[in-house]
Amino acid sequence: RFRSFSSGSTPITATLFPGDGIGPEIAVAVKKVFSTAEVPIEWEEHYVGETVDNRTNSFLTLESLESVRRNKVGLKGPMATPIGKGHRSLNLTLRKELGLYANVRPCYSLPGYKTRYDGVNLVTIRENTEGEYSGLEHQVVKGVVESIKIITRQASLRVAEYAFHYAVANGRKRVSAIHKANIMRKTDGLFLKCCREVAEKYPEIAYEEVIIDNCCMMLVKNPTLFDVLVMPNLYGDIISDLCAGLIGGLGLTPSCNIGEDGIALAEAVHGSAPDIAGKNLANPTALLLSGVSMLRHLEMNDKADQIHKAVLNTISEGKFLTGDLGGNASTTDFTKAVCNHL
Amino acid sequence: TYMPRPGDGAPRVVTLIPGDGIGPLVTGAVEQVMEAMHAPVSFEKYDVHGDMSVVPKEVIDSIRRNKICLKGGLKTPVGGGVSSLNVQLRKELDLFASLVHCFNLKGLPTRHENVDIVVIRENTEGEYAGLEHEVVPGVVESLKVITKFCSERIAKYAFEYAYLNNRKKVTAVHKANIMKLADGLFLESCREVAKKYPGIQFDEIIVDNCCMQLVSKPEQFDVMVTPNLYGNLVANTAAGIAGGNGVMPGGNVGQDHAIFEQGASAGNVGKQKMVDRKTANPVALLLSSSMMLRHLHFPSFADRLETAVKRVIEEGKYRTKDLGGTNTTQEVVDAVIAVIQD
Ligand SMILES: Nc1ncnc2c1ncn2[C@@H]1O[C@H](COP(=O)(O)OP(=O)(O)OP(=O)(O)O)[C@@H](O)[C@H]1O
Ligand SMILES: Nc1ncnc2c1ncn2[C@@H]1O[C@H](COP(=O)(O)OP(=O)(O)OP(=O)(O)O)[C@@H](O)[C@H]1O
Ligand SMILES: [Mg+2]
Ligand SMILES: [Mg+2]
Repeated sequence: RFRSFSSGSTPITATLFPGDGIGPEIAVAVKKVFSTAEVPIEWEEHYVGETVDNRTNSFLTLESLESVRRNKVGLKGPMATPIGKGHRSLNLTLRKELGLYANVRPCYSLPGYKTRYDGVNLVTIRENTEGEYSGLEHQVVKGVVESIKIITRQASLRVAEYAFHYAVANGRKRVSAIHKANIMRKTDGLFLKCCREVAEKYPEIAYEEVIIDNCCMMLVKNPTLFDVLVMPNLYGDIISDLCAGLIGGLGLTPSCNIGEDGIALAEAVHGSAPDIAGKNLANPTALLLSGVSMLRHLEMNDKADQIHKAVLNTISEGKFLTGDLGGNASTTDFTKAVCNHL
Repeated sequence: TYMPRPGDGAPRVVTLIPGDGIGPLVTGAVEQVMEAMHAPVSFEKYDVHGDMSVVPKEVIDSIRRNKICLKGGLKTPVGGGVSSLNVQLRKELDLFASLVHCFNLKGLPTRHENVDIVVIRENTEGEYAGLEHEVVPGVVESLKVITKFCSERIAKYAFEYAYLNNRKKVTAVHKANIMKLADGLFLESCREVAKKYPGIQFDEIIVDNCCMQLVSKPEQFDVMVTPNLYGNLVANTAAGIAGGNGVMPGGNVGQDHAIFEQGASAGNVGKQKMVDRKTANPVALLLSSSMMLRHLHFPSFADRLETAVKRVIEEGKYRTKDLGGTNTTQEVVDAVIAVIQD
C-alpha cells in the first residue's frame, strides 16, 4: 500500500509499521507531522498479519521484510507478540532477518520537561545480536542450568565501527566502552580489544573504558560525564533503560536499529500500552523522535531539526501535554500543537 | 536494653585486610574509632594485595578462626591473568550473600528522597562462575551458572533479612523473559521461598525496568534479591542515587563467616590522587563496621558509632570531596571521634 504526500524532489520511500496497541495512533501523528513539515518521504505501510507466514515463521510477512530490505529505511511502532507457540517474537524476527546489529538510543533532557537530572545528552549503542541473548541455555542436571554468553570478534568490531562512525557523523567527541572485563576476562575482554582496535582508527575521538557498575554509579551521579556509550547486549539493555529513566521514561525516548547493508529501522522503545490503546491518549513523542533519528540517518538534517524543535517546543510550552507527562491533552491535540510549531 | 549473656563482653579478634589504594586509609579510620570507643575488638592484620595470584593461606586460616573480617579494596587487574581476590575470598569462604544498604543520610541532599534499599545479591555463581573459553578464534563463550541450591539459599537469606529487620517487601530482579531457564530458575526459587513468608510482600521486576525505576521512583523499593551481576549493577545504581559509594555500608556473609567492606564498589581502591591527598571517604567503611559490631552482638557500640557518623554528616562541617567537601579522611575521623567522646 502506498500513500504519497510529499512534495519537492525525488521522494524517498520508507517502510512504516504502525504496529499494535497505541502504534496506529502514534503512527498517524508521525505521518501528519511529516507531511506538515513537507518531508520528502513516501511511506510504504505494512501491517502485522493475523496468521503465521510460513516463509518467516512469524506473523510478519516476507513482503514486509522485503520492503525494509528494499527501502533500507523504516519506522516501526510497538509490536506485541501474541502468546502462543509455533512462531517467533516479531521483534526477534526483524532483528534476525534484517541483521539489525546495533540499537542506537539518543537520550537528552527535554527542555521544559523537568526531571531530577539536567543536561543529559548521551547516546547508547547496544550490540543487538549476541551476548547474553544467544538463547543458548540448558539444564546440566536437575537444579543446575547454564546460559551461554557469546562474544565474537566480528559482531564486536561491527558495533564498535558503528559507534565511532556515529560519533564522527554526529559531531560527538568521546566513545566509552562499557564492560565487565575484570570478571569476564575473555568475553568482555574480546569486546574491549575490538573497541580499542577501532578506536585507533579514530584519533579525533576520545576513547575510554568504564566498568559497568561504575558506569551505573556515574550515570546517576553525573550523567553529563558521558557522550557516546557502546556495549554488549545485556549491558546495553540495562543502561539504555536506565538512561531513559533519567530523562522521563519510555514515552519520550527514540531509538534506531542499524542493520546489514545500511538498513536503518527506527522504533519507539515503549510497548503497545494496551491500557490506553484506542483512546487517543498516547504520547507520540517517542515515535516522532524516532522518525527524527531516521531523518538524520538519511542526512535530512534540516527536516530532522525542524521536527525535533517543534516537538521540544510543544513540550516546553506545556499547553498540550499527554497524560504520561502530567497533562490532559489527547494524541491529536499534541500532534496539532507540533504541526502549529512547524 | 541489651541483656548480655555472661562472658559476652569478651573481646573478639577480627581479621583485618587493609588492602590497596585507599584501603589502608579507610581501615585505619576504623582502627582509630574502635580504639577511641574502647570497643571489644582487636585486629589481626594481614598484608594482602590485588596483584597476588591467591589469597595467602594464613589469611584464609585467620578468617576461618575469627569468623569475621574487615577489609579495604583489593585492586583487580583488568584483563590480566590474575583473578579478582575479592571474588576469591567470597568463593573460598562461601560468603554467598552480599548485602549493600543504600539510604539517604540526613543532611546530605541528593536528587532522590526516601531511598532506603537493601540489595541482597547472590555472590558465588551466575556470571561470576569464571567459566570462559575461546571456541574458535574470534568466538568466545562465557557460562552463567544458576543452581536451585544457590538461588534458594539467597532467597531464604533475603526473606529472613526482611523478616528480622521488619522490612515489608522483597523484590526479585531478573531477566527471565530472555534467560528463561537460568533466570527462570532463580525466579522460581524466590517464588517458592516467598510462600513461606506471608507477612512479606513479594514482587518481581525485570532488570532493565528496575534500573529505570530506580532513577525515577526509588522509594518503591525495599529489599531486593538478585543474581550476581544484576546485584552489582542494582547496588551501584541505588548507591549512586542515595549519595555515592563513599557512604554506603555493606558486607558479605555465609553460613560461618562474614567479611565487612565498603558496600558499593567494594573492590574500590580509588585513584592515586585520592590516595596521595588522603581524601577517601571513611563513612562507608565506618558504617560497615557498625554493622559488624551489631553482627558481633555489641549493639550499643554499633549504635554509638553509627550515631556519631550520622551526626558528623548531618552537621555537614567535615566532608570529603565526594560529598562536596574539602576535608581529609583524618579530619572526618577526628570529627567522628570527637562526637563519640562528647
Ligand atoms: N507513548 C506512550 N504514551 C503514553 N503512555 C505510554 C506510552 N508508552 C507506554 N506508556 C505507558 O507505560 C506503561 C508501560 O507500557 P508498555 O506498553 O511500554 O509496556 P508493556 O506493558 O511491557 O507492553 P508490551 O508488552 O507491549 O511491551 C503503560 O502504562 C503505558 O500506558
Ligand atoms: N570511600 C570512597 N571515598 C571517596 N571516593 C570513593 C570512595 N569509594 C569509591 N569512590 C569513588 O567512586 C568511583 C568508583 O570507584 P571504582 O573503584 O569503581 O573506580 P576507580 O578505581 O576510581 O576507577 P576509574 O578510573 O574507572 O573511575 C571512583 O571515582 C572512586 O574514586
Ligand atoms: Mg529493555
Ligand atoms: Mg514492554
